[in-house]
Amino acid sequence: MDKLEVSKATADPWDSLKAFTAARIALGRAGTSVPLKASLAFKMAHAHARDAVFSSLNLDLLLEELEQFQLPVHLLHSLATDRQEYLQRPDLGRRLHSASAALLSEEGQTFADVAIVLADGLSATAVNTHAVPLLQILLPALQKAGFKVASLTVVEQARVAVADEIGELLGAKLSLVFIGERPGLSSPDSLGAYFTYAPKLGTTDEGRNCISNIRPEGLPYAFAAEKCLYLIKEALRRKLTGVALKDEMNLLES
Amino acid sequence: MHYSHTVRHHTYQFKDLKTLLAKASPLRSGDVLAGVVAQSYEERVAAQIALADVPLKVFLKEALIPYEQDEVTRLILDEHDEAAFAYISHFTVGDLRDWLLSDAADTAALQRLPPGLTPEMVAAVCKLMRNQELIAVARKCEVVTRFRNTIGLKGRLSTRLQPNHPTDDGRGIAASLIDGLLYGSGDAVIGINTATDSPAVVRSLLEMLDNVREKFSIPTQSCVLCHVTTSLELLNKSAPVDLTFQSIGGTEKTNTSFGVSLAMLEEARQATLALNRGTVGNNVMYFETGQGSSLSANAHHGVDQQTCEARAYAVARKYKPLLVNSVVGFIGPEYLYDGKQIIRAALEDHFCGKLLGLPMGMDICYTNHAEADQDDMDNLLTLLGVAGCNYIMGVPGADDIMLNYQSTSFHDALYVRQVLGLRPAPEFEKWLVEQDIINEQGQLLPAEKRHQLTQILKH
Repeated sequence: MDKLEVSKATADPWDSLKAFTAARIALGRAGTSVPLKASLAFKMAHAHARDAVFSSLNLDLLLEELEQFQLPVHLLHSLATDRQEYLQRPDLGRRLHSASAALLSEEGQTFADVAIVLADGLSATAVNTHAVPLLQILLPALQKAGFKVASLTVVEQARVAVADEIGELLGAKLSLVFIGERPGLSSPDSLGAYFTYAPKLGTTDEGRNCISNIRPEGLPYAFAAEKCLYLIKEALRRKLTGVALKDEMNLLES
Repeated sequence: MHYSHTVRHHTYQFKDLKTLLAKASPLRSGDVLAGVVAQSYEERVAAQIALADVPLKVFLKEALIPYEQDEVTRLILDEHDEAAFAYISHFTVGDLRDWLLSDAADTAALQRLPPGLTPEMVAAVCKLMRNQELIAVARKCEVVTRFRNTIGLKGRLSTRLQPNHPTDDGRGIAASLIDGLLYGSGDAVIGINTATDSPAVVRSLLEMLDNVREKFSIPTQSCVLCHVTTSLELLNKSAPVDLTFQSIGGTEKTNTSFGVSLAMLEEARQATLALNRGTVGNNVMYFETGQGSSLSANAHHGVDQQTCEARAYAVARKYKPLLVNSVVGFIGPEYLYDGKQIIRAALEDHFCGKLLGLPMGMDICYTNHAEADQDDMDNLLTLLGVAGCNYIMGVPGADDIMLNYQSTSFHDALYVRQVLGLRPAPEFEKWLVEQDIINEQGQLLPAEKRHQLTQILKH
């Protein structure tokens, strides 16, 4: 038998449309399949997302870096013992482990304006990468504006609502949690920020505001910090968060 | 009513029908989270054995959610057709399973049955069936719907072209739209999910899609998947709405959490029908559902998630939809943990929808925090192709960059059509041939350098 010809993937002649979208268009094909290069690129993106879901907070480095803010730092854990349980039981990720709750009760009411919480969520990678550079802009701005910031807390296996219990135990007027968002194929390290006025156990999502996709390729640090400061000021002034507090920052500027 | 079954001197007690159904349901994380799941493998099978002996008549007497409390229950019981039920009124759930698998249950018989079935009967029988049985019975069903083309004929598989963009950018959406059409996608609908529910954005996208469809005479329909109230507002202003979309669930409280009621759905259907835009039929509604939505809205009343899902199909069938699909793996691992659970749930949803007479499609999908990958989706795609699923999604490279999840790609549709000998909707197939996109055998032709469809985006 003669040697078989190497089969080349068919290219799509509308390649120029890629300029208009990040969607995976004009991939070409091998038979009816995606060409190997595109297939492996997809696999790599999924691998990054999966690794992000199973990533852990880099506690040694994080605690060392947080020292620069000269605030007490508490390391806490939710009721979810591991990732498997965390993924299947969101209710457990929303509550503090009793030892963690006791630690905060000991500190007692701080009467702070803002309690900042760093939570792994669905991508500890996002917190490992973006939390400190963001706080380097946000914390000095908060202090300059005269806000009292409570002890920083870092929580493992945590969902957004864990900040309700933390804010309540610390007696803060507002809780602000920075949490790793569910990774997308093109965004394994998006950080989300959730704001809750008068945080307490049982608060539902209608009572929160959110800033999403904080990362250099999405919402850059400086802009994210500016938005955070705006929402904190407005929430404390109007004594509320949630659907009634719209992000009108851009409207005010223009 | 009380149910029980004894295994080796231990008698399992099930205090009511909803408990029995929940305990009989194959394991999934959502039922664990809801606290309604069987406590052991043995209890689950004991519940299935007890369920098999329950007469179908019991389902008409014992409402899972009280009639007075829930308009979905009222819909189910008020619209139940005694005459269609008469053929099977002497059956137990187990009898129904055996009959469905028998040769007597042919396509014509299965088309007469739906008005006599309640979603709870269908959910119950589903829990007694293996995956291959869910496929074998669904394959015998044929549910055909029409608007500008004919969807659901045997031997056909349609696709919803889903050209989403994270900022609803018209040119970004058009780029994915061209890509999809040139890959032969879009006969079920060209349907865009938007990042915002702004009526102005929805309207401008509807007009863009309508212009493209008109200009190139594409025999299909378009939809921008906004809330039903937004559609009503646009319908009143005569925007080019082909189909009205809504996410729905299986309890009144779930629907309230979506901001809809049965009355609103009826109003929307009438307003959409009034535009009279269909050319070969008037199925004008598009519904999405998914296991876990009731639990997520804290609106499940202790009913297991698969049964809640089947009840959503009773809502859907009232409005004679063109398209219904479950978004099976979208809701996350706290409801369906891994590939095995997602695959099982998708086969259940497709089977239950078809048995209730719905034009069932499927968003074969997963999120990145689920224990699943493309291989699981390939398996499910192949299984649903065999089961005769009406349509699947077509997303560029399977990666939805707006909703951040993975669905099926244009390539996936080509694969399943090729290996199973399936073809697009007949009107759309003819158009694809005329456009030199596919040949008469359904194979994709080498693309022309400047196909006229690329003119959609002038650049």
